[in-house]
Amino acid sequence: MSAGGRIPNWADVTLVPLVSVVLAFILSGILIWAIGESPWAAVKLMVEGAFGSSYGWGYTLYYATNFIFTGLAVAVAFQARLFNIGGEGQALLGGLGVALVCLYIPWPHWSLALLAACAGAAAFGALWALIPGYLQARRGSHIVITTIMFNFIAASLLGYVLVNVLRPQGSQDPSSPRFAAEVALPKLHEMLALVGIPFSRVPPVNISLLIAVGMCFAVWFLLWRTRLGYQIRAFGESEPAAEYAGISPARITIYVMLISGALAGLMAVNSVMGEQQRLVLNAVEGAGFIGIAVALMGRNHPFGVFLAAILFGFLYQGGAELALWTSIPRELIVVIQALVILFTGALDNMVRIPIARLFALRGAR
Amino acid sequence: MTHFKTFLGASSALALTASLAHADPALMFDLGGKFDKSFNEAAYNGAERWKAESGGTYREIEMQAAAQRVQFARRLAEAGSNPVVVMGFQNAPTLEEVAPDYPDTSFVLIDAVVDLPNVRSVIFAEHEGSYLVGMLAAMANETGTVSFVGGMEIPLITAFACGFAQGAKAVNPDINVIVNYTGDTPAAWNDPVRGGEIARAQISQGSDVVFAAAGGTGLGVLQAAADAGVYSIGVDSNQNYLHPGSVLTSMLKLVDQAVYDAFTDGPGLETGVVLMDLAAGGVGYALDEHNADLISAEMQETVEAARASIIAGDLSVHDFRTDSTCPAF
Repeated sequence: MSAGGRIPNWADVTLVPLVSVVLAFILSGILIWAIGESPWAAVKLMVEGAFGSSYGWGYTLYYATNFIFTGLAVAVAFQARLFNIGGEGQALLGGLGVALVCLYIPWPHWSLALLAACAGAAAFGALWALIPGYLQARRGSHIVITTIMFNFIAASLLGYVLVNVLRPQGSQDPSSPRFAAEVALPKLHEMLALVGIPFSRVPPVNISLLIAVGMCFAVWFLLWRTRLGYQIRAFGESEPAAEYAGISPARITIYVMLISGALAGLMAVNSVMGEQQRLVLNAVEGAGFIGIAVALMGRNHPFGVFLAAILFGFLYQGGAELALWTSIPRELIVVIQALVILFTGALDNMVRIPIARLFALRGAR
Repeated sequence: MTHFKTFLGASSALALTASLAHADPALMFDLGGKFDKSFNEAAYNGAERWKAESGGTYREIEMQAAAQRVQFARRLAEAGSNPVVVMGFQNAPTLEEVAPDYPDTSFVLIDAVVDLPNVRSVIFAEHEGSYLVGMLAAMANETGTVSFVGGMEIPLITAFACGFAQGAKAVNPDINVIVNYTGDTPAAWNDPVRGGEIARAQISQGSDVVFAAAGGTGLGVLQAAADAGVYSIGVDSNQNYLHPGSVLTSMLKLVDQAVYDAFTDGPGLETGVVLMDLAAGGVGYALDEHNADLISAEMQETVEAARASIIAGDLSVHDFRTDSTCPAF
C-alpha cells in the first residue's frame, strides 16, 4: 500500500485519511451551501448530534459496533487479497444463527446466551462464506462474483425462513417472535452505572461493543503474531512465493473466508440480539457494504478499522440528526457518506502523492 | 444564584412555549422513503393536502436504518409533535416501545395494530379492494390468463395476490392466475426494470391483464403492459393517468386519507383500531376519465353488486393473513 513515494508510517495511517476526510467535508459543505443551507450549522448539528451528549455517543457507538465487525471481516480477507463483498449475506445468516440460539433454547442468564449466540452467529456466517471460499480455492470461481451472489441467496433464504417458519401465525410482519427477556444484552448505560458513570438509557449500544473491540485485538494478534497470520499476509503479498514456501493457497483461502465470514456474522449479535431483540427482514441494512469502505479507509488494519468505524458511526448518527432537524434531504446525507468513501478510497493517491512530495522536500532539506 | 434562577425560569418558559408552538403533527416515513410512488408517497400527499387546506405546518422524517425507528419516534414525541403518524407494519414494535413513555402524545400507526391507549391503528382490507380489481381483470380478460406482480413475498403482498385471484376466479372459475414476486431485498420495491421484465414474461405466457402491487417496481410493470398493448392495474394511488387506455383501473388504498384524517383530528385524536375496508371507503377501485372507455356499464354493474354484498356481509373475501392459506391459489 505504499505506492507514490515514501511516507512515514504515522502519516500513512493518520494524516492521509484525515486530509481525505477534510476534503470530503469541504466538498459536502459546498453542496449544502448550494442547496441553500448553512454548512457551518450543518456540521455543528452533526458533531453535536453524534458526540455532544451521551445519547449521541450511544448511537454513534452502536452503529460503529456494526461497522467494526463488518470492517474487520473485509480487512482480514483483504490481507490475503481476497475481496469478500459478501459481508451483508454473512451477517444476515449470522442473524439467523443468533435467532435460532435465542428462540429455541431457554437460557437462564444472558451471559451464557451471549456466548452461544456468538458461536451461532460466527458459525452461520462462516458457513455462508465457506461455500464461496471453497469454490474459489477448488474451482477458481472468483470470490467477488460468488460472494455478491450469495448476498442475494441469503436475502431470499432469510425471507423464506421468516415468512414460512419463524413468523408467528397470524402476524403480518415477517419477523421472528421477540426473544425472551433473559437474553436481553446489558446496555452500555448499565455497565457504566457499575463504575458510577451516568449514560443515556435510550441508545441501543450494548456489551457487543466490547466484543467488537476485543475482536480488533484478536485480529491484530492473528495477523501479526501467529503463524497463520504470517501465512495469510505472505499469501496476500504474492501467491506464487507463498506456494513456493510451502503455503497451500487452497487452505489459506478457505481459512481466511471462514474467519472473515465469522466476523461478519458476529455483527448480528449487536443488531439482532442487542437492538431489535428479534430477527427482522433486512436486519443488516447495508452494514456489510459499509464494512468495505471502513476496511478501505482503515488500511485493512484492525486499529484503522476501529477508527474508520467510529467515523462512519458519526456519519450515520450525525446524518440522522441532520435529517431530523433540517430540511437537508436524506439523499444528501448519503452523498456526504459517499464523498468520504470516494476521497478515502478511490482518490487516495490524490492526497497521498502531494503529501509524499512534502515529506520528500522536508527530507531533502 | 439569581442568574441560575433566571436561567431556570427562562428555560421553563421556553419549554412551555415550545410545547405550545410545536403542537404540529409529524409524519415518519417507512424505510422506502418519501417518494416511493406508492405507500409513503401517498402519506406525503395526504399530509400536503392537510397543509394546503389548513395552512398548518408539519414535521416529517425519513429513515436510513431500522435502529432509527425508535430513535426518531422518540425524538418527534420529545420535540412536542402531536399527533405522530408512523408508517408501516414494521413500526408496530417501535410504538409498543415508545408510545407508553409519552402518554400525552397521540400516535397513529398505519398498516398494523398496536393496542395502547394513545395509539390509533389504521389497517386496510387490501384483499377486498384486490377482489374487485380481480373481477374487473377477469371480465376484461380474453386469453384466459391474468397475472400479478408483487414486490416481496410477505403476508401483506400475498393478501393482495390472494384477493385478486379470488375476484378473478369468481368471474371465471377456469381462469389461470400467474403470481410472481420481484425479489427479497429492499430493492424489490423500487426496481421498475425488473418489474417490466417479469410483466413481459407473464404477457408471453398469455396474460393480458397485469396487476402490480410492488411500489416503484409497479411503474415498470405498467410501462411493459402499455408497450405490449395489454391491460394493467395500478395500486395504492390512482395510477390510471399513467398510461390511459392501458391501465384498466387502480386498486385504491387510501393511505393519504388516513394521514389526512389523523392530522385533521389533531392532538388527542380518537384511538383504537380503524379498519379502512370497502364499507369505510378505505379501499376500492379507481374510475375516472382515463379508464371510462375500458370499463363497460355491465362490468361496473357486476363489480358494484359484489361491492355491495361484501359491505353487506353476504360475500366474504378470504384474507391470506388470517391463516396463511389462499383458497384461490
